[in-house]
Amino acid sequence: MKKNWFRTASIIVVFLVSIYYLLPLVVKSQHKICDIEFFYQDSIKIYEVKGYEYEIRSYEFGEEFDNVITSVAIGDSVTSSGNLSDDILRGLNLPTDFDYTQNLQIHAKIGDKISKVKLPSWFSQKQLKLGLDLKGGMHLVLEVETEGLSNAEAEESVRGAIDIIRNRIDQFGVAEPEIRKQGAKRILVQLPGLKDASRAKDLIGKTALLEFNLMAKNEDVTKTIETLDSYLKNNYEKFAFLKEIEEEEVSAVEEALLESPDEEADTIKVDTTLVEEHNHIFKSLISMYESALVVKPENLKIFRKLLKLPEIKEIIPSGIKVLLGKVDPENIYGTRQIYFLYEQVELTGALLEDASVRIGGGESLSNANQPYVQLQFNNEGARKFKNVTGQHIKERLAIVLDNIVHSAPVIQDKIRGGKAQITGNFTLEEAKDLVIVLKAGNLPVPVHIIEERTVGPSLGSDSIKAGFKAALIGMIIVIIFMIFYYRLSGLIADFALFCNIVIIGAVLTMLNASLTLPGIAGIILTIGMAVDANVLIFERIREELSAGKTVRTAIDNGYRRAIITIADANITTLITAIVLYQFGTGPIKGFAVTLSIGILASMFTAIVLTRAIFDGFVTKKARKTLSI
Amino acid sequence: MKLFDNLNIDFIGKRKITFIISIVIILAGILSLIVNGGPKYGIDFTGGTLLELDFQPNDENAKPIEIQQIRDILATQGFGDAEIQEFGNPNNILVTIKSGIEIKAQKSRLIKILQEKFPEYAGNKDVSRFVRRSEHVGAKIGEELRGKAYKAILIALLGIILYIWWRFELTFGAAAVLALFHDVIITIGLFSIFGREINLPVIGALLAIVGYSLNDTIVVFVRIREDLKVYRKEKYESIINHSINEVLSRTIITSMTTLIVVLSLFLLGGEVIHDFAFALLCGVIIGTYSSIFIASPVLVEYYNRYSKKSKSSKKLRR
Repeated sequence: MKKNWFRTASIIVVFLVSIYYLLPLVVKSQHKICDIEFFYQDSIKIYEVKGYEYEIRSYEFGEEFDNVITSVAIGDSVTSSGNLSDDILRGLNLPTDFDYTQNLQIHAKIGDKISKVKLPSWFSQKQLKLGLDLKGGMHLVLEVETEGLSNAEAEESVRGAIDIIRNRIDQFGVAEPEIRKQGAKRILVQLPGLKDASRAKDLIGKTALLEFNLMAKNEDVTKTIETLDSYLKNNYEKFAFLKEIEEEEVSAVEEALLESPDEEADTIKVDTTLVEEHNHIFKSLISMYESALVVKPENLKIFRKLLKLPEIKEIIPSGIKVLLGKVDPENIYGTRQIYFLYEQVELTGALLEDASVRIGGGESLSNANQPYVQLQFNNEGARKFKNVTGQHIKERLAIVLDNIVHSAPVIQDKIRGGKAQITGNFTLEEAKDLVIVLKAGNLPVPVHIIEERTVGPSLGSDSIKAGFKAALIGMIIVIIFMIFYYRLSGLIADFALFCNIVIIGAVLTMLNASLTLPGIAGIILTIGMAVDANVLIFERIREELSAGKTVRTAIDNGYRRAIITIADANITTLITAIVLYQFGTGPIKGFAVTLSIGILASMFTAIVLTRAIFDGFVTKKARKTLSI
Repeated sequence: MKLFDNLNIDFIGKRKITFIISIVIILAGILSLIVNGGPKYGIDFTGGTLLELDFQPNDENAKPIEIQQIRDILATQGFGDAEIQEFGNPNNILVTIKSGIEIKAQKSRLIKILQEKFPEYAGNKDVSRFVRRSEHVGAKIGEELRGKAYKAILIALLGIILYIWWRFELTFGAAAVLALFHDVIITIGLFSIFGREINLPVIGALLAIVGYSLNDTIVVFVRIREDLKVYRKEKYESIINHSINEVLSRTIITSMTTLIVVLSLFLLGGEVIHDFAFALLCGVIIGTYSSIFIASPVLVEYYNRYSKKSKSSKKLRR
């Protein structure tokens, strides 16, 4: 009797827990998805969050938005999307004095998360999460370069990198990002529901080392080129890859010189006969274009290769460095500028106080409607900036980001107040991302992406559909088969199967685990295996019945003997599921989790739940026969 | 309703035949592995880049794209080692590049080229729509994952031997694990024969097969354990044969329900887990076969050769 009391209690507990965790999901998924679009002034009230005012309520629907995916637009150029939270407005990078009552437009997709039926607040606030492979999103594994660091330093730098990456992602605006350490020097980044994967990836990996260097004077440039040329001439045989370019290079340079006869062109005299004797190899890689030194796209590869060689790095006169300019977004395979800079760093990004995106107001032709980045240095930075600009009037100061020169304006006057601008061919996205990175700080060490998996939203929803279809059809056939083969008892087993799936869903929600595609496969496999426990019991009962036992005894004996088998068989399967969990990453873990929960749930439903049903059934009517 | 009643099929007596069948299948798999130079690993284990691209034409009536066109374009653009195949339906194209070179930076170039060269299929699509899925695994991490995968399988097998040793006896554990090896090796062989790739989810499936096949084997073993106590006077061989027959209907029914759902997963579950479902499908069939025709007959074989004479291994008869 005592045992029965325990059994009833456990069934009730499992039942209540399942309702607690699953009802919110069922209630909320009853609603259709609809799109609404409304303008600031007619439907939302003011609501203040971190400096931006907006409200998350629409009177038209009379409903509260609950983490609805929305996009916010100003006109049709500037948009931001994400969960309706302060991230989304921050994503717009509105100037603080922006009058958004006029033209801020909010487009909201109200999805399955809106509920008309309001559940009491003591119901579970958790909801079954979907994995990246179903929801869409990005999974990254980064490795931090820790070579040459002591263990303590390495640990410190990994932690620092995590903080900065988290900072950057927070500013980028992704809902529920997951960033954590994996092993000694790896960082796992999961960004569910992310749309622009490549942008986020760039943002994470960027070192954003901002430096200001003065450009080298003409005589130093000439000296550098000459030094390199004479070195290359003397060591021509050492660099086999130079041979393949030589012939065409001569003509390329000639062409370039014909195109742009310029006052500076005399620094790059090309004598074809000399080139053939390898006198001006380095010079031949460079051409002139609109008074700037450029490298033609076909020479770019060799140019880069050359500059990377340690011998060449050593040969470049001390105090000088050669860098490439930024890629022109309009013409990404075009020529690239090259810059000869003094190595001394005048200022760095560490002295920044603030950075923001601005759009050129048309003060000059070149900056009209062009995004640029406004920098504000702190006191120390402002002082240094004032000194540098004061001492080098009429010289050019290069703004170098990650060893790429973004622009090199001529210093017109001493600049006070510590304000500077980075201009030069930014797209709006690039400018925004640069600001995020500058504000969040530099990564203490370089990080490399060693694993990346991105799933687009369309594949995710296809996978959900396919997975559920497979599960549903498989389940229906199994249910029909069980009823056909075991009659009423089969129906009981089917009920147990249903409970099983409910329990899996509830436990997944409870554990905050996400449902992945292999996870659905795990559930499908469980459907097949869950009936196994019941099949074992039913076969035993049949054996007992055919041995002439009464219904009562047959059930008792059948259960008693089958339980041993069920336990032995399931525990071994559980061992493999646990190993799988230990080994697995991401989706595979999902498979291991649903399989483990499924095994435990099927043991519970078969041993406890169906037993209770059978017992109740037999005692009530004192049956002489059993439909099995 | 009963499918099987009072069966008495002589499984044990036919063990030589089934052993030979298994050996032939295993050898065929191994031969295929040798010919193909080892298992065909996916990028999870070799490192590389994979892109699933949506080439749904803008014009609904247009014909789906010809793969050869994509292949030609990519070959001229320096992606000669890219493997291009249809994935699930003619509009879904899978591009795989396994070469050791750092392809990461080239990925956006590849996408751009395809969008430029095939405007009527990919031109005005948002990149996030055009690229349904993209995966990049560094060569180093691929190697690590491979090591981890095999380690996981070995640890699982070891855990199983220990558990069965404790619950039954060592011979049973060894026989069960032998049957599991049999299942895993045949599945890997079949993957090689059918030219399918072994990726991370497939390893998961292999472990699930181990779990499933074991489940079947244990059910038979439990019955053998019981019967050894009941029929003390009977011959070892005939007890085991009797046990197999007793649980046969359960074995068939459970295999059938599992097969139904796995088949449904294989046919309807979508292209992404097709390899995974294929592994499960092979596993369920082979696992059922091995628990009847391999695990238990191996027990008999072992008993006849060693335990019979030494009179040891009587633990379970007590």
